[in-house]
Amino acid sequence: MKRYLLQRFAYAALTLFIIVSATFLLMQLLPGTPYSNAEKLTESQRAILDAKYGLDKPVAIQYLTYIGNLVQGDLGYSFQYQGRTVMSMIGDRIGPSALIGLQGLVFGTIIGLVLGIVSALRHNTALDYASVTIAVLGMSIPSFVFAALLQYYIGVKLGWLPVALWENYQSTILPSLALSVTVIATVARFIRSEMLEVLGQDYVTTARAKGLNESGVIWKHVIRNALIPVVTMLGPLAVSIMTGTLVIEKIFGVPGLGEQFTLSILVLDYSVIMGITLLYSALFIFVVFVVDVLYGLLDPRIDLKGGSKA
Amino acid sequence: MDKNILEVNNLHVSFKTRNGEVPAVRGVNFSLKKGETLAIVGESGSGKSVTAKSIMQLLPKQNTIIPEGEVLYEGKDLLKFSKKEIQNVRGSDISMVFQDPMTSLNPTMKIGKQITEGLSRHMKLTKKQARERAKEMLELVGIPNAEARLDAYPHQFSGGMRQRVVIAIALACNPKVLIADEPTTALDVTIQAQILRLMRGLQEKTDTAIILITHDLGVVANMADRVAVMYAGEVVEQGTLDEIFYRPQHPYTLGLLRSMPNLDAPRTEPLIPIPGSPPDPASLGTGCPFAARCPYTMKVCHDHNPGYTAVSGTQAVRCWLQDERTPEDHIPEVIRKGRQTSEIAADQAAIDAAGGVPV
Repeated sequence: MKRYLLQRFAYAALTLFIIVSATFLLMQLLPGTPYSNAEKLTESQRAILDAKYGLDKPVAIQYLTYIGNLVQGDLGYSFQYQGRTVMSMIGDRIGPSALIGLQGLVFGTIIGLVLGIVSALRHNTALDYASVTIAVLGMSIPSFVFAALLQYYIGVKLGWLPVALWENYQSTILPSLALSVTVIATVARFIRSEMLEVLGQDYVTTARAKGLNESGVIWKHVIRNALIPVVTMLGPLAVSIMTGTLVIEKIFGVPGLGEQFTLSILVLDYSVIMGITLLYSALFIFVVFVVDVLYGLLDPRIDLKGGSKA
Repeated sequence: MDKNILEVNNLHVSFKTRNGEVPAVRGVNFSLKKGETLAIVGESGSGKSVTAKSIMQLLPKQNTIIPEGEVLYEGKDLLKFSKKEIQNVRGSDISMVFQDPMTSLNPTMKIGKQITEGLSRHMKLTKKQARERAKEMLELVGIPNAEARLDAYPHQFSGGMRQRVVIAIALACNPKVLIADEPTTALDVTIQAQILRLMRGLQEKTDTAIILITHDLGVVANMADRVAVMYAGEVVEQGTLDEIFYRPQHPYTLGLLRSMPNLDAPRTEPLIPIPGSPPDPASLGTGCPFAARCPYTMKVCHDHNPGYTAVSGTQAVRCWLQDERTPEDHIPEVIRKGRQTSEIAADQAAIDAAGGVPV
């Protein structure tokens, strides 16, 4: 296990290094400068600013400086906001994103599982068709459409919840719901097909032949085995949804990370772009690792210690 | 005579498909006594597995229809049982061993748990008692180091070992009937022999009746007391092992035996296959389903399906050749000879029964 962990850690570090390098170089290829009023600046003013931010040095030197700082845990300062560190900016923004993301994820997973499991158990009935329809709609209609519908009906017409803005807990509900639609659809479709596959397995017939009642067969033999692959899918889904989605955050006026990320790209705030990319990547790598470990715990056939498989 | 523990009478099973109802089993009859082994033989699609699964009602409810027939277990019709009642029968009175041990065990559940599940359900044992019993069962089926193996997962066992575990699960609650659906088909030959020996040994100890479903006549010869030959959803011939192997009366049975290699025959002699292939169950006519492939077909065979003719007290066959209106010279030599020997055997049996008066 120790060897496995070390190995994974080394791979993770390598992956991150490659991502950082690629992003850094790609960013240099973008036209323009981080200065919003670049065209009004004189040559000498630009030179002073470039010198201040280190942009006058060759790209290779800038790159090495960045990596050097990064290794010491320093993500640098924002180009856009005077004197703010990238760390503090991410710190301010990640909270709201993670909150609505987590709520959407938990709610969406529960509803999706129920929908998909019921649908598989009532295969080829009206209930099944209805839930498949819901899942397909959830997958194919963009989330901002649901966001707008939620705002109009629940926010404006019924007036139960605030339409937008980030003021109190009530403000988090609609964006979470809007985010959960994709989760519901993805999870429902996935667990349904897994369930159908497991239901057709011989060991389910064996379980029935033992005289177990139907709920015993479903809970102990079918759902457990059908859930294992869902874990793989949930990890990356969690990362993408909890690190903020631009559209939902824009629509509901949530001061989240997704909004900040887009903004930073538009104004070429190099260090913030780098910081957020790094965060996404690190989280992703971490979650994939957690999923792998979980898989080893859930499925006895998978042995993380690298022992031989029988 | 012992009473029948299981009796299947005129069982019909159909499947709903997009193209209408397709009959898979068409009027099957057989019976089973305590401690006896009945082999059901037939090629793929002849309805043998469907028959077995319908006894336990393990066929998918949504698309299975059982329009006619009864399955009497100790005199009670299982087909009329409620869901709850049939669950009480499954695994405790009648249990089943499946074809492929690689897929018939739950991959994420410990072996011990898979055995104790049925035990705690039917025998109301405590956890500790059930585990003890599970250990005994593993020992009984010849798995070494049973105590430790209870906590192993199926993937840590070989195919033959897994089939032993499946048999242990099936026998855990002392069932009166064991249905083995091609229990050795997925195993290699040496393991096959081990598993068959194991089943026979356990049967002697527990007096379980076995329904053995197979297409392997070698396995039949090894295990069975009686044989039912299925073709296109019907039992075309039924009799004791000797009757079926030495005095077959149905051309299909004859064909099956002829297509089997014989160690005593000269090596140059080719095997005789049965020409053609089984009929499509969706488009069966009114005639005998074997008529199209039968070397002794008569006109009547194509239009009317024959009923059963009892050849002896134990042997019955569905074939027009047995009809008294069939001209004697049309009946092939093998079948005629078989019939005569069976008459002699019957006479001999009658004499024996009467007190063994020497002729």
